Amino acid sequence: MIEINGLSYRIDGTKILHDVTMRLESGGITALIGPNGAGKSTLLHCISGLETPERGTVRIDGLDPFAAPARDRARAVALLRQSPALVSRLSVRELVGFGRWPHHQGRPGAADRDAVDRALGAFALADLAGRSIATLSGGQRQRAFIAMTWAQETPWMLLDEPLNALDPRHARDLMARLHALSRDAARSIVIVLHDINAAAGWADRIVAMKAGRIVAQDACAALLTEDTLREVFDTPFELLEHRGRKVVVAR
Amino acid sequence: MRVWAIALVALAALISVSLCLGAANLDGEGWLLTVSRIPRTMAALLAGAGLALAGVVVQQVVQNRLVEPSLTGAPEASMLGLLAVTLIAPGMAVAGKMLIAAACALLGMTGFLALARRIPREDPMLLPIVGIVYGGILGAVCVWFAWAKDLVQYLGAWRLGEFSGVMMGRYEWLWAIAALAGLLYLVADRITILGLGETQARSLGLDYGQTRALGLVVVSVITALVLVTVGAFPFVGLVAPNLVARWRGDNLRANLPLVAVGGAALLLAADVIGRAIRYPFEIPAATVIAVFGAGVFLWLLHAAPGARHG
Repeated sequence: MIEINGLSYRIDGTKILHDVTMRLESGGITALIGPNGAGKSTLLHCISGLETPERGTVRIDGLDPFAAPARDRARAVALLRQSPALVSRLSVRELVGFGRWPHHQGRPGAADRDAVDRALGAFALADLAGRSIATLSGGQRQRAFIAMTWAQETPWMLLDEPLNALDPRHARDLMARLHALSRDAARSIVIVLHDINAAAGWADRIVAMKAGRIVAQDACAALLTEDTLREVFDTPFELLEHRGRKVVVAR
Repeated sequence: MRVWAIALVALAALISVSLCLGAANLDGEGWLLTVSRIPRTMAALLAGAGLALAGVVVQQVVQNRLVEPSLTGAPEASMLGLLAVTLIAPGMAVAGKMLIAAACALLGMTGFLALARRIPREDPMLLPIVGIVYGGILGAVCVWFAWAKDLVQYLGAWRLGEFSGVMMGRYEWLWAIAALAGLLYLVADRITILGLGETQARSLGLDYGQTRALGLVVVSVITALVLVTVGAFPFVGLVAPNLVARWRGDNLRANLPLVAVGGAALLLAADVIGRAIRYPFEIPAATVIAVFGAGVFLWLLHAAPGARHG
């Protein structure tokens, strides 16, 4: 479980997070939704310990990410930032291999190589393993970075808008993979999503944010109501049912 | 393995030419070899390897392949420090001068990094342009300072690197580069991770600040060693790492030795060409490398990223 208590964050005098207190249950996918500038990304970075808040505490399964040694933190939680779009010429296997760094610090063993192979397999990258990531399509490259984060084998994996550059097919494919993997490997994924329907389709729980505060937090089906969505996004939505799944349409 | 065979054969050929090439005949003049030709050849190899390694470190730190130490104000800042030393304490020991040159290079680079933080990353061409302008401003201060204090001749020697003055007893400081290369190889993985950017590096548990500081200190020391001993050379730190990366990728654990060998071969080739082209007169290696390097730089700006590597 991740416990967040009284978290406030300020940048250049502007308050981004206002006294955020919440608990994230372990297991499955938790989606963070909310309008642009709601503080979703900042919250994710604070949880991962990479941004230091003005006030407040975070505990990741009991670990304080701001006080713990970097290596311990990196074995508890992994963050993939939004569009890591640098043009690196690492091969896919080399990139994914760096996900093992917190475990081996430069001396990979058989267990690390197995973990890399598992991550490559989990994200259908085995055939691309030798390719330079500079030559991949946007969707493939995003998968390679997520596979690196996955290879880190942390109980918690935080993904900041991983669907950003993906077309609908790749977006769906990635969410389905994460959904299945989080169950098979018993790992907890927190994911910032802009597409409410991606959250509706694949998330177990949803946290809705607005202006640096948590507006609502519940199981997916319970949170997705027209009233809540209108409150969060300041725009009317229509909620439809399609084959037992909720579909959200902005009116 | 084939890559290495080709690289080493080419290097051996260059070394042989460099040892044989010169105005004097070597017959019965073996002392010439040990006093002049071997030191000159070694100086070019060490300086070239050092500059190429410094280049790759800077590129990883700023996540931009079009930058190298000479595009970060490091050499100009170093020269400014050396001019001040020449004026204030002309009798200072070489070690002291090196230390001051390195400290000033570090300061100059820190200034560049502060500027770089404000530059949008979307267009990779912006950063080298900022570096050129920044280095140009520091260089202008150097010229003004040298002019005012009648030290222009010193500045000339530093700005246009060449190896004609290298003799036994006058280049040995460059061997420190071999030790620094070893140190960089030890932290090669960390330097590669720097290239993934601060957030990703820290998420992997890397001490980003510490690793970056180590890299920049090594770059400063290399810059100072080369500048004080043989002068400044443009483009080596740009060309060698880029050619290796296009061909073999960015994993420094695998490629750092190749980057060093590439830089060494490049600078030695420039020196050999400079000695041969108007034999028995010499053109400074820095001039040769500037012409060749500028061509490669233009090609890098236009070429698409390399397709495949192992």
